Amino acid sequence: MGPGPGLACAITLNSALTPEQQRLYQDPLVIQRLLREARTIAIVGLSSDPQRASWFVASYLKNEGYRIIPVNPKADAILGERAYPDLASIPDKVDMVDVFRPASECLAVARQAVAIGAGALWLQLRLVNIEAAELAAKSGLAVVVDRCVKMEHGRYFGRLHWAGMNTEIISARKARLS
Amino acid sequence: MVHAGHIPDAVTGARAVPIYQTTSFVFDDAEQAAQLFELKQYGNIYTRISNPTTAVFEERIASLEGATGAVATASGMAAQLVTFLTLLAPGDEIVASSQLYGGSITQLVHTLRKFSIGVRFVNPSVLSEWEAAITPRTRALYGETIGNPRGAILDIERVAALAASRGMPLIVDSTMATPALCRPIEHGATLVVHSATKFIGGHGTAIGGVLLDSGKFDFSGYPTIAAPSAAYHDLRFYDTFGHYGFLMKARAETVRDTGACLSPFNAFLLIQGLETLSLRMHRQSESALRVARFLEGHPAVAWVAYAGLPSHPDHALAVKYLPNGAGAVFSFGLKAGSAAEGRAAGRRFIEGLRLFSHLANIGDVRSLVIHPASTTHQQLTDEELAKGGVGPGLIRLSIGLENVEDLLWDLDQALPAPSR
Repeated sequence: MGPGPGLACAITLNSALTPEQQRLYQDPLVIQRLLREARTIAIVGLSSDPQRASWFVASYLKNEGYRIIPVNPKADAILGERAYPDLASIPDKVDMVDVFRPASECLAVARQAVAIGAGALWLQLRLVNIEAAELAAKSGLAVVVDRCVKMEHGRYFGRLHWAGMNTEIISARKARLS
Repeated sequence: MVHAGHIPDAVTGARAVPIYQTTSFVFDDAEQAAQLFELKQYGNIYTRISNPTTAVFEERIASLEGATGAVATASGMAAQLVTFLTLLAPGDEIVASSQLYGGSITQLVHTLRKFSIGVRFVNPSVLSEWEAAITPRTRALYGETIGNPRGAILDIERVAALAASRGMPLIVDSTMATPALCRPIEHGATLVVHSATKFIGGHGTAIGGVLLDSGKFDFSGYPTIAAPSAAYHDLRFYDTFGHYGFLMKARAETVRDTGACLSPFNAFLLIQGLETLSLRMHRQSESALRVARFLEGHPAVAWVAYAGLPSHPDHALAVKYLPNGAGAVFSFGLKAGSAAEGRAAGRRFIEGLRLFSHLANIGDVRSLVIHPASTTHQQLTDEELAKGGVGPGLIRLSIGLENVEDLLWDLDQALPAPSR
């Protein structure tokens, strides 16, 4: 079940951001475009422990057809993908940088994301560093803060709904085959 | 009420919600099957855990309550039990309002005792009683938006503030209010439970329940939600699923293991009810107020306990929390010289009614009547009965959708005529 055409309800639940910050960094149209267009996602702080949240997100994204690139200086490979110690070491073009590191490290990650010419910076749920968000946004990156990539993908592509969760999407339009 | 949770499917475009009357779901391949069992993908495995029809009911009620999500259960009692079993561990305690549905009191006292979970009851209107009952073992506060059967209104904001100051969740049973009259999460409640059998269905054809989470409570101090789970290969639900952690745990462990799931057909029936919920709640509350006023003025009636009446001690709270109506259930007492006389008068009155159905339920579109002392509350001791505010001559009404003039006629002809 995919979203109907022109779908962009305001998604308001579960965020530490102010309404103004939500408008800037949780724009449903930006999130939907990223999920639709991004192909290569570097995951900074991806754990090699299969029971960590980052592993859940990465395995989900890989399964959904995204190419994931683990960024973890302590690992050689995660989920069968070669891991890199930092963003600068990745030889390929990165569409999106998804961050699972503490808020205090986000500014440094944002600088690296800008330096490698990444298309977007995404700080995971409960991870808020507005300075990092502003820096990336000023450099032209699409920015999402305090949201989970897996939850947002599930929200717009119908499967989060199956878990009984409130997607905040209301539409009378027929779903599109995704 | 009519759209949330259901997008017409891409293939058929079916406008109404289809009933997925199936026990199980075919996997794409072995890899996907493994990922579903590990909760690494969202998807359906087995209807005991989730089902697409039930999911529409869950998301729709979550949307109405302003919750982050919902888990449907076999009944309201199951919703409550699943909530407690998910949140609590042996040795923990709950502080609960004494003005609860009799079945809830029995579950709290007797069934939870078997799990070594304790309960302390308090007068819900006295905040100092709530405070005094909290011990280092207390892990949750529990009350009903509109108490049963005396209509005590929970001061949700004050009790929620107390719960928050002690770092514990307030759980609210909002069966009698439904989100059409009050949304407890907006007033600070963490978890909400419903017997959907009542007003949510409205038609009296399906037993069901639902539990909801605001998604705002920090469960990191609750080992039952945050610690590695032995029942799910050391998964840390709160860390992994964030604000979905409590509900994921309730679904993937508690409902999975207790089997207290809602049937898809019942979910479908409850969805039909939700479509007209606010229309019914407003009309039934309006009629209840008319009936309560009529009874209050009747010479054979000793008292009427409806929070919509200015004479009720919680009327100010009803004005605050239930501005669109104080619900459709209330109780009253017949004038009588003694307890035995009250019991006899109650029996004669119930047997004289023509339109009110004598049965053990509330929230139907048909008006209902019952004498709790001999039915719903008969498991309680005299002391518990008195604490719950239920006297021997108390009669409970649930006002339906009939023409209110017809209801007034019926009550008038069944009430004892004034002695001449």
